[in-house]
Amino acid sequence: MTETIERRFKKVAPAVEFCSMRLVTTRSEQLWVRQGVLQPMRSVRDQGAMITVIDQGGYGYGATSDLSESGLRTAAEEARAWAHSTRKHSVVDFSSIDMPRPTASYESPVSNSWDDTPLADKIDLLKKGCDSLGGDQRIVDREASLWFTEEETVFLAADGSRACQKLSMIVPDLAVVANQGSETLQRSLGGRGYCRQGGLEVLELVGFHSEGPNLVQEALQLLAAPDCPEEQMSLLLAPDQMLLQIHESIGHPLELDRILGDERNYAGTSFVTLDMFGSYRYGSDLLNITFDPDRPQQFASYGFDDDGLPAQREYIIKDGILLRPLGGVTSQARAAISGVANSRANGWNRPPIDRMANLNLEPGKSSFDELVSGVERGVYMRSNCSWSIDDSRNKFQFGCEWAQLIENGELTTVVKKPNYRGVSASFWRNLIGVGNEDTFEVMGTPYCGKGEPNQVIRVGHASPTCLFRDVDVFGGA
Amino acid sequence: MHNLLYNLCDHLSAQLKGAEILNCSLDGETSEFVRLNQGAVRQAGSVKQAYLELCLIDGQRQAGARLSLTSDLATDQAAAATVLTELRDRIPHLSDDPHLLYNTEVQSSEHHSEDRCPAAAEVIERIVETARGTDFVGLYAGGAIHSAFANSLGQRNGFSSHSFHLDWSLYHRADKAVKCGYAGTEWSDQEFSNKMDQARRELGVLQRSPRTIDPGRYRVYLAPTAVAEVIAILGWGGFGLKSQRTQRSPLIRAVKGEEELASCFNLSEHVGSGLAPRFGKSGFIKPERIQLFEGGRYASPLVSPRSAREYSVTTNGADDNESPVAVEMEAGQTPRDQVLSELGTGVFVNNLHYLNYSDRPSCRLTGMTRFATFWVEDGEVVAPLNVMRFDETFYRMFGEQLATLTRERELLIDPGTYERRSTQSAMVPGAIIDDFTFTL
Repeated sequence: MTETIERRFKKVAPAVEFCSMRLVTTRSEQLWVRQGVLQPMRSVRDQGAMITVIDQGGYGYGATSDLSESGLRTAAEEARAWAHSTRKHSVVDFSSIDMPRPTASYESPVSNSWDDTPLADKIDLLKKGCDSLGGDQRIVDREASLWFTEEETVFLAADGSRACQKLSMIVPDLAVVANQGSETLQRSLGGRGYCRQGGLEVLELVGFHSEGPNLVQEALQLLAAPDCPEEQMSLLLAPDQMLLQIHESIGHPLELDRILGDERNYAGTSFVTLDMFGSYRYGSDLLNITFDPDRPQQFASYGFDDDGLPAQREYIIKDGILLRPLGGVTSQARAAISGVANSRANGWNRPPIDRMANLNLEPGKSSFDELVSGVERGVYMRSNCSWSIDDSRNKFQFGCEWAQLIENGELTTVVKKPNYRGVSASFWRNLIGVGNEDTFEVMGTPYCGKGEPNQVIRVGHASPTCLFRDVDVFGGA
Repeated sequence: MHNLLYNLCDHLSAQLKGAEILNCSLDGETSEFVRLNQGAVRQAGSVKQAYLELCLIDGQRQAGARLSLTSDLATDQAAAATVLTELRDRIPHLSDDPHLLYNTEVQSSEHHSEDRCPAAAEVIERIVETARGTDFVGLYAGGAIHSAFANSLGQRNGFSSHSFHLDWSLYHRADKAVKCGYAGTEWSDQEFSNKMDQARRELGVLQRSPRTIDPGRYRVYLAPTAVAEVIAILGWGGFGLKSQRTQRSPLIRAVKGEEELASCFNLSEHVGSGLAPRFGKSGFIKPERIQLFEGGRYASPLVSPRSAREYSVTTNGADDNESPVAVEMEAGQTPRDQVLSELGTGVFVNNLHYLNYSDRPSCRLTGMTRFATFWVEDGEVVAPLNVMRFDETFYRMFGEQLATLTRERELLIDPGTYERRSTQSAMVPGAIIDDFTFTL
């Protein structure tokens, strides 16, 4: 079928300076057991194409799920009409941009395919996972879920180049809710951050089979715990909170389209300006951030972005100094600055914009015990459950599911409702400890929202455990 | 597009076996999206999409699937028939669903609006022309939206609307901007010009030197757009029966009668406004109005068919996520033109941003001020305010600390376009609140 659609595209592609088609075919299945009951199973099959035209300085797209010759012709005509009608008003002379002509291919590594395991076995796995979350009257809700997605993209330029990639992704989750009186608290598997590329082998790697009883124990511990104290202290963050910290206060402010102002009406602007790249001290010497699209099994690995630009690993921040933004081919041309291959769309019906992909904090040298032993008074937080940051990506406040005080170099009392707040521009300069490979975890989220029209996209964040000094922390009301 | 669904449902219903029941729903749109920045076009395009959702029910078992449609009847019939067979093959592997509930009383309806939308390319010319010399950034989204439901029992429900939504900001510099919206079914150059003139006037105040205030408690005015942000976050698990019965609702203390709001606080879900379809994917029809809070006290929940069966109550047709789609908050007594004098000295907040819970069981919320927020002294706007973080419980905001609500309300059409153009809306007044806590 794909070959037929490709032939149709070549037939209907208009005679313009540049024309491409991005054909996206997605299938997914969601399985979910809640309170021991299998919830309605839903599968999705989605196929459509976006045709992009650049001509006479203008840019336009037409997207359709009608992949017949006439459907593609209409989409191509719409793309051309938009390029022509807006060419005098474009933010940039699109004709001056050298659009990529990729010839690459990429496929997620999969060793235990979703399709090779019978449906009954997957349901049984989830029932066991859900059962492992019970056993106490104070547990008022519990659920185990698996979300499988396979996405195939074929990128064709009308003048001949062709690239394709096939991504297989798994999002496993366990969550338990405990209640006593008017207090209700929850624990989940990594704050729902253990999403990876691959097959069912991922479940073993992220503790899906074994973590249930620990989550129950921790949820019950929280019910009896005092509130997190309100004071300025050292803050040790586990990878399942670091993923959010990196995402909100490094990833988003470094997106080049935000810096160029495209997002100001929706997701917001950035405190980062173009003149900062190459010299601005974003964090302490310990801060090393990479754009890393080819780490096996990370959630947002790929061979090329949705403008067709081949992806490669780059340092974004090295030894604390800001080096390059997260911007794809169009933003790079507009800003006259080097970026990365991160122009991405969440499907065939949305145009590519600058997104994070895999954005990782590189490991340091400290063991977990060394990080803890160096703290006189602090708190160790795990598993994000609340996130909020201003539209310039500076003033933030985040909350976690679980925390434990650190007193005189020892982990001590469990505390509930831990929150902390700070300012991006100063927070990262207070990074005083970075965990080694043993503390490093590969995580991500399926839910990064941005763009007009709106798009939700997958991103990956890998990080070690990290230690910050002088952070304002607090607890519940 | 609803006829496509009805045809598909007829085609598939003829293939059902034994006591099988089939629920079908469709959502689709033909949209034009034009993104602008600095008064120029960043991305312009058209999207034509349609999705069919099937739910095959056999006894107490169900299996569902969603697939994209081409809009060619023969092609879509063949694809849907293949999916139906797959669902039938899947059902023996599934267990009985004790919470399965679907509508069995046929209640058909049609609600369609006339297409009076402008040609988008012409509108963009007007926008660019009118915005010349300004830093205009935003999105024009327009075209047709379709929803439909059909089942093998003979129920048919169709809904379509043709509308546009221009959602934009006019920037002074950095993060100082006036946020605007213009939504409707028929474009008026004059109305758009008037809105731009108003925004330009407001931009004048933003050119004054901004002020920074210390964290602390202040008297604030939340404009309707800011109030709508607060109500919207409560929709995230607040009003649904499932979240209440599992004790996860941020409003659980109000549900249990442990917390009350001011007696003037009345909130309802009012789908009778006609902006969103009244039918759901299980075929139930939503009542015109559901009272959520009355006289400051929690009144009733949104109940999906699934929760209704699980907790043995009657459904009110809520969607699976049990979130409101057309909230309406009752007005107060203070005329809008007296807001500044009523506020006296304090903070005038037009917009809030990125709200979340900082203590869910206590319904304590955090978030940021955004766009045009002003410092007011003795009833006069003095200066724009740099962004501030708040951290405050909903119970204080609309309970003991609520000073007044405005007499006028605003109908705010959701500009959201995640997956599809939203049909949600909010009708809310502004609110003056005492001792509102800013923390950063």
